Amino acid sequence: MGSFIATRLVRLVATLLAVSFLTFLLVNLLPGDAINALIPIEAQQDQEYVAQVRAEWGLDDPMLVRYGKWLGDAVRGDLGDSIVTSRAVSSEIAHRIPVTGELMIVTVIFSVLLAVPLGVMSAYREGSRLDQFISGGAQFALSVPGFVAGLLFIYVFAMKLGWFPATGWTRISNSISGNLMTVTLPALSLSVIEVAVYTRVVRSDLVTTLKEDYILSARSKGLRDGFILFRHALRPSSLTLITVVGLNIGLLLGGTVVVEFLFALPGLGKRLLDAIFQRDFMMVQGITVFVAMVYVVVNTLVDLVYLVVDPRIRKAD
Amino acid sequence: MADNVAGSPLLEVDDLRTTFTIPAGDVKAVRGVSFSLEQGRTLGIVGESGSGKTVLARSIMRLNLGSNVTTTGTAAFNGSDVLTRSPGEMRELWGTEMAMVFQDPMTSLNPLVRVQRQVTEHLCRHLNLNRAEARQAAVDLLREVRIPDPETRLRSFPHELSGGMRQRVCIAVALACEPSLLFADEPTTALDVTVQHQILNLLSREQTDREMAMVLVTHDLGVVAGRTDDTMVMYAGTVVEHAPTASLFADMRHPYSEALMRSIPRTSLPSHTRLAAITGRPPDLIDPPSGCAFSPRCPYVQDQCVNEEPPLVETDDPAHRLACWTPVGSPEARAAFEKNLAAGLQQAVAVDISAAPSSTGGVDG
Amino acid sequence: MDTALDPAAPTEAARRPWIRRFVSKMPWTTRFCASWLIVIVGAAVFADLIPGLADPNYQGFLFGDGATNESPSLTHFLGTDNNSRDILARIVYGARVSLTVALAAVFMGVVFGGFFGSLVGFVRGRTDSAVMAVVDVILAFPGLVLLLTVVTLLGRRDLVVIATVIGFLSIPPYTRVARANALSISRREFVTAARAIGTRKRSILFREVIPNVLPTLLAYAMVNAAVIILLEGALAFLGLSVEPPTSSWGTMVNAARVDLQINVWPAIWPSLALVFTVYSLNNVGDWLRRLRSVRSAAL
Repeated sequence: MGSFIATRLVRLVATLLAVSFLTFLLVNLLPGDAINALIPIEAQQDQEYVAQVRAEWGLDDPMLVRYGKWLGDAVRGDLGDSIVTSRAVSSEIAHRIPVTGELMIVTVIFSVLLAVPLGVMSAYREGSRLDQFISGGAQFALSVPGFVAGLLFIYVFAMKLGWFPATGWTRISNSISGNLMTVTLPALSLSVIEVAVYTRVVRSDLVTTLKEDYILSARSKGLRDGFILFRHALRPSSLTLITVVGLNIGLLLGGTVVVEFLFALPGLGKRLLDAIFQRDFMMVQGITVFVAMVYVVVNTLVDLVYLVVDPRIRKAD
Repeated sequence: MADNVAGSPLLEVDDLRTTFTIPAGDVKAVRGVSFSLEQGRTLGIVGESGSGKTVLARSIMRLNLGSNVTTTGTAAFNGSDVLTRSPGEMRELWGTEMAMVFQDPMTSLNPLVRVQRQVTEHLCRHLNLNRAEARQAAVDLLREVRIPDPETRLRSFPHELSGGMRQRVCIAVALACEPSLLFADEPTTALDVTVQHQILNLLSREQTDREMAMVLVTHDLGVVAGRTDDTMVMYAGTVVEHAPTASLFADMRHPYSEALMRSIPRTSLPSHTRLAAITGRPPDLIDPPSGCAFSPRCPYVQDQCVNEEPPLVETDDPAHRLACWTPVGSPEARAAFEKNLAAGLQQAVAVDISAAPSSTGGVDG
Repeated sequence: MDTALDPAAPTEAARRPWIRRFVSKMPWTTRFCASWLIVIVGAAVFADLIPGLADPNYQGFLFGDGATNESPSLTHFLGTDNNSRDILARIVYGARVSLTVALAAVFMGVVFGGFFGSLVGFVRGRTDSAVMAVVDVILAFPGLVLLLTVVTLLGRRDLVVIATVIGFLSIPPYTRVARANALSISRREFVTAARAIGTRKRSILFREVIPNVLPTLLAYAMVNAAVIILLEGALAFLGLSVEPPTSSWGTMVNAARVDLQINVWPAIWPSLALVFTVYSLNNVGDWLRRLRSVRSAAL
């Protein structure tokens, strides 16, 4: 078990290093000299000043040297400064995590809460009208992208009914109810696909589990269906669900970019988009590495959860 | 045979039919089976895979899952039909009155749940035991099925036990609430040969000690020999021969029973003797052949077999029931065989190569 | 084709052309979805030849024949957008973008991902670890983020670039699927048998492993194509897919969103086209998978 965790941690660090290097590489290949973002074109007549700024930002060093420097700072939590706003990238990220984080957490919790009962009902009555309805609905929901769902919600719930604001964000520290009002529609838009994915996972997994002999054996012992469903059947399926939630974090992060753009939320995704349009390479680099880190860490955590829940893996090591 | 024991039988099955509806059509897995089983007696059900023996057992226990299954006929347990019971009413029987030991102990125990909970969870429900009592009961049960060091084993997960050990746990689970009828569905098929005997002996001993009725489902005639009171041979969802085990082995009448017997490898035969496989394939249960279902593979087949389905009737021995127009050993059978052999019929030729059909089916029964 | 080997099997049904037997097994929803896919692919391919289809970039109001945000009419079946362009024509030409990108992703995924995955699943060992490490790194990038960077990096956003980039990003997931399959196939008896009689590794890979990986990969491709169309839609919505004025469904939705208060239809039509195409791919893909699982269960 110890060696399993060690292997996972080594892999985590290796992946992070590779991801950060790749990001660095990509971002440094971005067209347009970073100097254009630092000094207005008109001011670039002054060669000496330009050279001074280039040296200051280390723009003339070989790339590996710059990567080494950047990495050395990064592990200490310093991701450099934005070349557009001159603010520290790490503090910008920290400032925006609550928005994107809340959005994702609310989405995942809401989706799981909705998907598990739907999937269980669907699998328990496999082939019934209810199952056909739920499965068909999930298949459809899987085809509705976040921006279409978001636009629909804005049109219906914000414009026509006026229940929620169409755009903007209220921080939870300012007003809890205001925060709830602003998180609802974006989270719902993201949830459409997530609910569909989770429901399908729970259903297909549970359908297989329910055909297992140990379920039949539990039935033949005279246990109640509800007891069998939740104590015997759902446990292995919950493992699959955890994995899928973990793997889907990447997709969800992509979704937040779109939803934050649509609802004008001050989150990480919106910041990344702005940074790309502004050619703010320090910011792009910092956010990408941060996001990749979240993804890799979440997936490592998923592996570790497996270890706790499934006794077979715990022992097999 | 019902009349030589007083009282009504524990289980009386009449014209039971089970059908699975799949896109390709209706699979008629069990096609009209009738039999009865007395308190404390044992019945062996023998047949190759796909003969409907497992489905029959599961139909009586109402364990066939899915919305595509229909079961008709009656299966009276202690005089009341189980087929018309609601799932809630079935739960009153499951565990406490009827229990089942499944084929594969690897899959019939939940891999994520400790042995203790799997042995005790229904004890708590059926017998209203508290945790400590249930635990004690579990220890006693495991000891009874000869599991060494039961206290430690209770804390194990199924994958930490050997196959034989797991099957013992399954038997303990089935016996926990003292059922009066136990179905053992191929309980040794998935086990090592060395363990098979121990498990069968354990089942026999428990059956005798508890005076419980047992249905032993198997594809192996050798398993039922000497262990069951009666034996029922099934083919394509129907009973083809049903007799007291001893008389069945002494006087095997149905060509299919004979073929099963002949396909058992035997050390008494000279080495390099070709093993007699049954030619042809098991029949299509969606569209079963008309007449006798075994006729396409039977070396004694004649016109009547193809056209008319033989009913299951008593022979000269009333306890011996048979569904065949040309019973093994009869003059008709011999004549039909000669004719088929002369005509070069595949199944007759195959039999002739391996060993001439003997007039008495089982020699060492 | 299996039935052809069995002399007893050919029935009335078997003699019918395979396509009709195939279609006759479909539920009506799947038939409908398959028809839609045929229609949309046909419309995208032959867009230039469709009689009466307007020029997708012709802005009528500039020339005095038409207005912005027109309601559906005989000249504009789905009305016009806020630049007075024909919505139907823009949807048809937009399908070209979505479908080309999906096709590129499937092609590159199946060819490269399928090959690498089968190869490393078959040979295992170091090559496997190395390739899978690379795959893990690429997958650790949130797809959209990497895509945004690469698209900006290339500085050119025509259909070729977008399709290539998304195609490249599709290789890792296909590699994973192919590898997982190749791993289990390599353990099957027929591969061991081929090894035992001394068949060269390359022949085993191409004759035994890859042909058996391919069906799973193609079933995956159907569902993956749906995901890719969604991804392209999202990119276009963010203004990062093909450059205007080329129409793409996501771009159309984004452009219409400004005038949502005035006229919702320019947003609804391309959304419907997108959702329904993706749904059709999912539906047909799911059906094919079910069919395959039934068939393999029967074997």
